[in-house]
Amino acid sequence: MNGTSGDILVDVRGLCFSRGERVIFDGVDLQIRRGQVSAIMGPSGTGKTTLLRLIGGQLRPDAGTVHVEGRDVHAMSHRELYALRRRMGMLFQSGALFTHQSVFENVAFPLREHADLPEPVLRDLVLMKLEAVGLRGARDMMPGELSGGMARRVALARAVVLDPMMILYDEPFAGQDPISMGTLVSLIRLMNDTLSLSSVIVSHDVVETSQIADEVFVLSEGRVVESGSPAELAQSESAWVQQFFNALPDGPVPFHYPAPSLGDDLLGPRP
Amino acid sequence: MMGLFAGLGRRTIDSFGRLGRGTMFLLRALAGMPGLLLRPGLVMQQLYAIGVLSLLIIMVSGTFVGMVLALQGYNTLVTFGAEQSLGVLVALSLLRELGPVVTALLFGGRAGSALTAEIGLMKTTEQLSSMEMMAVDPMRRIIAPRLLAGFLAMPLLAAIFSFLGIMGAHVVSTAALGVDDGAFWSQMQAAVDFREDVMNGVIKSLVFGFVASWIAVYEGYDAVPTSEGVSRATTRTVVHTSLAVLGLDFVLTAVMFG
Ligand SMILES: Nc1ncnc2c1ncn2[C@@H]1O[C@H](COP(=O)(O)OP(=O)(O)OP(=O)(O)O)[C@@H](O)[C@H]1O
Ligand SMILES: [Mg+2]
Repeated sequence: MNGTSGDILVDVRGLCFSRGERVIFDGVDLQIRRGQVSAIMGPSGTGKTTLLRLIGGQLRPDAGTVHVEGRDVHAMSHRELYALRRRMGMLFQSGALFTHQSVFENVAFPLREHADLPEPVLRDLVLMKLEAVGLRGARDMMPGELSGGMARRVALARAVVLDPMMILYDEPFAGQDPISMGTLVSLIRLMNDTLSLSSVIVSHDVVETSQIADEVFVLSEGRVVESGSPAELAQSESAWVQQFFNALPDGPVPFHYPAPSLGDDLLGPRP
Repeated sequence: MMGLFAGLGRRTIDSFGRLGRGTMFLLRALAGMPGLLLRPGLVMQQLYAIGVLSLLIIMVSGTFVGMVLALQGYNTLVTFGAEQSLGVLVALSLLRELGPVVTALLFGGRAGSALTAEIGLMKTTEQLSSMEMMAVDPMRRIIAPRLLAGFLAMPLLAAIFSFLGIMGAHVVSTAALGVDDGAFWSQMQAAVDFREDVMNGVIKSLVFGFVASWIAVYEGYDAVPTSEGVSRATTRTVVHTSLAVLGLDFVLTAVMFG
């Protein structure tokens, strides 16, 4: 591979995707570089989770391609896709912990499935990951007994336990108090740099994400409307970005899901 | 009128579509089964959940069905003076019909519905998706062991059902109805054919176990990932299992004994 394409890990080109009538992506292009923390931001419902699922090969695009390490994810065989996923970690927005297993077993799950480790080694690895998210003491609890924020941190520990080459975080900061938020922010950056991973963060938290992201992509209405380093974006003239970064209620980014005007809905003819 | 036909046509097409998807699903699950040889623990866990936890209801029902059969059969046989053949009547009814059929119906209601709800909820809460993203194929890790455990458990449960049914009938016949203990067993031994009766019953229970487990895991996997979706899938499991078992029982009986 040559110099420029060599450090592009995920290459999304001309991606189109619809759910029924609703067009979610209409020609998304973005390149995620190896070794960086990239952030995907955008208003709720723009399809950030959908984008992660497309990258992970769980959904098929209507048009366009997603290449990871130069290979088309949607042209891979089942076996190749699973081999790729083994090196990818994903934190689900809902956490998606296995409810019938304890916190410890949840984090141990990928290791038990993929690595044939002696039990003491496995235990140490799991406890180290739990320590990193501050939940070593919660190892024997069941997912049903955790708070939302704790469950998400357990899911984070599980997503990174195999030391993947790329981690996709769907809303890692949602539901965290300021202290765990700060810890998580530095943890994500630290893991990225010390383990030389690549990280993709989906988030609404402009401040936290700006602290750690090398590059930010702003999604709106099915396209990438702006991209660049957080500093560049803060300077951006674009009205979209200004609105999003400064949390202004008015601007080109609609707060509302597409709908007829409120006046028409309330005062128009009743069905 | 046209609407009626159109509706009927659409439902037929839908059913065939489901059957096709269900078959594809079954093939994928079966492809995951050889891998289970390396991980017998996964199947053991499910055998416990599906088989061992169904034991109580199967044992109690089997005993009662046998006892009722003895009472009812006695009333009919005694009018012909043939009450000493009660053992034959009970054994044949249980081995050929009631054992496999009633066990399969109970299996659908007890274990099948639980399987559907469990898998459906795993889907709803994205546990299956997250497993896929951890490069663990839910087909192999979740579906295949459950399906295999269902296949294995059902014939064993049916055998236990028939056995306890005969024992229950024996107790009622000898203790309450005055049937001779020796006649009960010797007539049964003389009249029950191993291949014709016992094996055909076993084949039935294998078929029913296969169909009931298939329906249960497929409905769970195919459930719409919402609370109503899972609830509907669970109902469908019980209804479809019952219909499939009764329908297949007719076909198998016609082929085997017709
Ligand atoms: N299973 C589904 N069926 C139909 N539409 C869906 C489905 N899942 C998501 N959508 C639609 O796809 C769009 C994008 O959803 P997605 O979950 O990707 O948004 P998001 O950007 O992650 O939002 P949030 O920040 O709130 O998590 C939404 O408009 C949603 O209505
Ligand atoms: Mg989302």
